[in-house]
Amino acid sequence: MGYTFSSGYGLLLLAFGVLPTLYAIFLAFTKAGAFVGVDNFVKVFNDYRFLPAVQHVAIYLVVYLVCLTLFVVLLALVVHAVRSRWLSTSVRFLYYIPGALAGASSVMLWLFLLDPSVSPVAFVLKAMGLESFVQTVSIDNLPVIFTVIAFWTGAGGWIVIMYGALNNISQDVMEAARIDGAGPVNTAWYIQIPMLRKWISYMGIMSLAAGTQLFVEPRVLSQASKGVVPPDYSLNQLAYLFAFRQGDFNGSAAISLILLVVAVGLAAFFVFRGGLFERD
Amino acid sequence: MSATDLTAVSDKTGFAPGRWLGRALAFVVAGFFVIFFALPIVWLLLAPTKTARELLLNNPFSFGSFDTLASNFQQLTQFQNGIIWVWLGNSALYTGCALVLALLVTIPAGYALAMTDFKLRRPLLITTLIVMLIPNTALVLPVFLELSAVKLIGSPLAVILPFSFFPFGVYLTYIYFTTSVSKDLLNAARIDGAGELRVFWTIAMPLATPVIALVGFFNLVGNWNNYFLPFVTEPGRKSPVQVGLAELLSNVPLFNPTSAGSVTIDLPVLALATVVSVAPVLIIFLFSQRFLVTGMTAGGTKE
Repeated sequence: MGYTFSSGYGLLLLAFGVLPTLYAIFLAFTKAGAFVGVDNFVKVFNDYRFLPAVQHVAIYLVVYLVCLTLFVVLLALVVHAVRSRWLSTSVRFLYYIPGALAGASSVMLWLFLLDPSVSPVAFVLKAMGLESFVQTVSIDNLPVIFTVIAFWTGAGGWIVIMYGALNNISQDVMEAARIDGAGPVNTAWYIQIPMLRKWISYMGIMSLAAGTQLFVEPRVLSQASKGVVPPDYSLNQLAYLFAFRQGDFNGSAAISLILLVVAVGLAAFFVFRGGLFERD
Repeated sequence: MSATDLTAVSDKTGFAPGRWLGRALAFVVAGFFVIFFALPIVWLLLAPTKTARELLLNNPFSFGSFDTLASNFQQLTQFQNGIIWVWLGNSALYTGCALVLALLVTIPAGYALAMTDFKLRRPLLITTLIVMLIPNTALVLPVFLELSAVKLIGSPLAVILPFSFFPFGVYLTYIYFTTSVSKDLLNAARIDGAGELRVFWTIAMPLATPVIALVGFFNLVGNWNNYFLPFVTEPGRKSPVQVGLAELLSNVPLFNPTSAGSVTIDLPVLALATVVSVAPVLIIFLFSQRFLVTGMTAGGTKE
């Protein structure tokens, strides 16, 4: 009976989970149907755009993960310490609401915010010496810009999750800390943060996996800035260019496969070692 | 540490300037981030009420006029003979069909994983967990390559089918059934002579209403905002609104000087298009705050 109920989902899992992966593997190791070993990978690695793309994504990830961890934990602790229930709920909701603008819309909004001529925070941009849109999106600023955009859309969700985890810490433990004379900072450092560790690593791993996939932000910014942001900034953009500009599906599959291996590896690591998800 | 504890401690120690400083600092941090998260949205909602000139010169948080809003709206709907409606229609079609299909396959699958026993159950569960944790962009190009091999690119199915594959929903349903519906209840119905389908339909389904709503919500919101997959599989007039929005951008002279001369889009119109493109999701968000919290923390029920 279990098979009947799960058959529809099973088919989709095969069609859009397993098969594309197998097909990407097939394409990555062949050319015109003939097995070519690692030729496609060698070609991709030697492409002059590959290494810069890896660097771009790596720098972005470092900036993003550090900011995300730091501020999400800090804000969750602060919001959790707010006495009034009403205030705490509203603040969490305000933090969360940008999540509704995921995807192209959030980048679109940030185009305005990053353009000193229309931005409501133009004074901030000007204070940093940024007078025009092209200057703002110059390549050195991009890791920070993508961090701000990703943080703006995604951090609220994580803050809500961390808040939930903080609520799960037993009252007895908190009470004991208070009786021992621990202030808010000590309690946070010695009790709350260690107890959040699983969730923090979950957030880190998921954001790392998602961050390697960077696509829509550089893609839209590249379109908007007419190439000041290069069209091959991230790895996924490069894979896209291989498939759509060069018609090289094998090369594209090779890059996708590298990214997929990273994502599956991180996910599998977490499922088997993280202990956050129930597996019976 | 809650604020009540704070006051209790400082009452004992008398005046505690350090504590008050800490509290003030916490308020400043929380307040700064409220501004950071909320202000852009306020600005975005106000921008379409202004003309391009007013947008540049007036106070960024001033309200223009309803007349300007109407004329901006007209400009948006006239762009390429109302292509915005085509895009919105596509989005509605894709996400709507995907929603129905996703619920039809996801809920029974989660039920099967939780309430029945079969040989492939464990492998299916573990695969689901792993695929659920893979960012959905990771499979976009492989899916594209696969779909182009079977010549489905440009067909509505090229987004509807991948959109209805929703492992996170299966996981949510699975968790829901294992934690809140007892097997005994289902067995009692079986003893009374109900067949498996009947047990599922008349007993399990009514109990599962909350999780059905939750799965539907996450599926709809995620798919509406999805950019990468439809961007590669639904070119041109087949695009949903998120992809169309980026297309509009090419016609804004400020961001794209070479487009000057052709039909151009003013900045407030682009802002309006952004608002229109997220309006359905924004509205759903406003009314389902409680959902979100339960859904997102569902991962750690066994902590």
